[in-house]
Amino acid sequence: MQQNGQSNNAGVIVSKLEDLTNWARLSSIWPMGFGLACCAIEMMGSMASGYDLDRFGVVPRASPRLSDVMIVAGTVTYKMADRVRRLYEQMAEPRYVISMGSCANCGGPYWEHGYHVVKGVDKIIPVDVYVPGCPPRPEALIGGIIKLREKIDGESLIAPKGLINAMKQNA
Amino acid sequence: MKSFSEVKEILLSTFGEEVILGEGANSTPKSLLVKADQIDLVCKELLQNPGTYFDLLSCLTGLDNGPEKDTMEVIYNLYSIPFDISLMLKVEVPRKDPHVPSVSHIWSTANWHEREAFDLLGIHFTGHPDLRRILMPADWEGHPLQKDYTEPERYRGMETVRNEEE
Repeated sequence: MQQNGQSNNAGVIVSKLEDLTNWARLSSIWPMGFGLACCAIEMMGSMASGYDLDRFGVVPRASPRLSDVMIVAGTVTYKMADRVRRLYEQMAEPRYVISMGSCANCGGPYWEHGYHVVKGVDKIIPVDVYVPGCPPRPEALIGGIIKLREKIDGESLIAPKGLINAMKQNA
Repeated sequence: MKSFSEVKEILLSTFGEEVILGEGANSTPKSLLVKADQIDLVCKELLQNPGTYFDLLSCLTGLDNGPEKDTMEVIYNLYSIPFDISLMLKVEVPRKDPHVPSVSHIWSTANWHEREAFDLLGIHFTGHPDLRRILMPADWEGHPLQKDYTEPERYRGMETVRNEEE
């Protein structure tokens, strides 16, 4: 957020509404508390005291209706795919998806002969940030969250880029 | 402690010569190929006979030998806790419409294991109380571990392959 002006000791900060909204959103990215496989262990490690994702305002929530981001941490099977899609649909906008680890990115080790694995979670829900690794270390997940913060920081209230792109494609 | 040959002798004296079709001396533990339609009776005898008392079914698994051999197998790994002896039983059935008597009423462990063998290989266990798929979704078509299985191109609107150019 840019601070456009500040009066000396009056405790007033002047900012754009857009910057303020983006700052508020990127400072409290609440993920949905769920994991699918071994990546979830690394995700839990990132949230625990060692890496302390709480300092980024990342606090896991118990319900999709409270969450801003879905961290797909692990192997998405066909049996789970419908559930993942349904959980995503229950999240309120603005909502984001981080695909964590090789399995969620492209199917991982199951990409060719795994009869039970969805070949990338982007086949069922739109993904904002991909975190590579098998599983990614907590540093990598934190890197993904920082990327997502950058993405949120560049958003506009008036002219959402995603909508403009979609309209261009349909025109 | 009972030996493999003593266990085999018990089976031969109870069921006669024709129940044992073969013997695998190289497997660990040593195995007996049993007539498929009598496997439930053989298992019950091995559990109830005070000389064997195989009270633990360590594992039950299925195997597809492929279209060339045209057979499927079910493999039972038994263990007797009081006598500390292990035994492997095998049955062989044709690949087309395979049926094996269920042993889930003898060891409850077999219930889910037989469901798994049914789910992945399509082996039917007659007398099983609840033979449903256990791993794959209920509306999945085919049995994925069959050697000639081909994956469907789509499942519920999802593509099942990821192309290189994506």
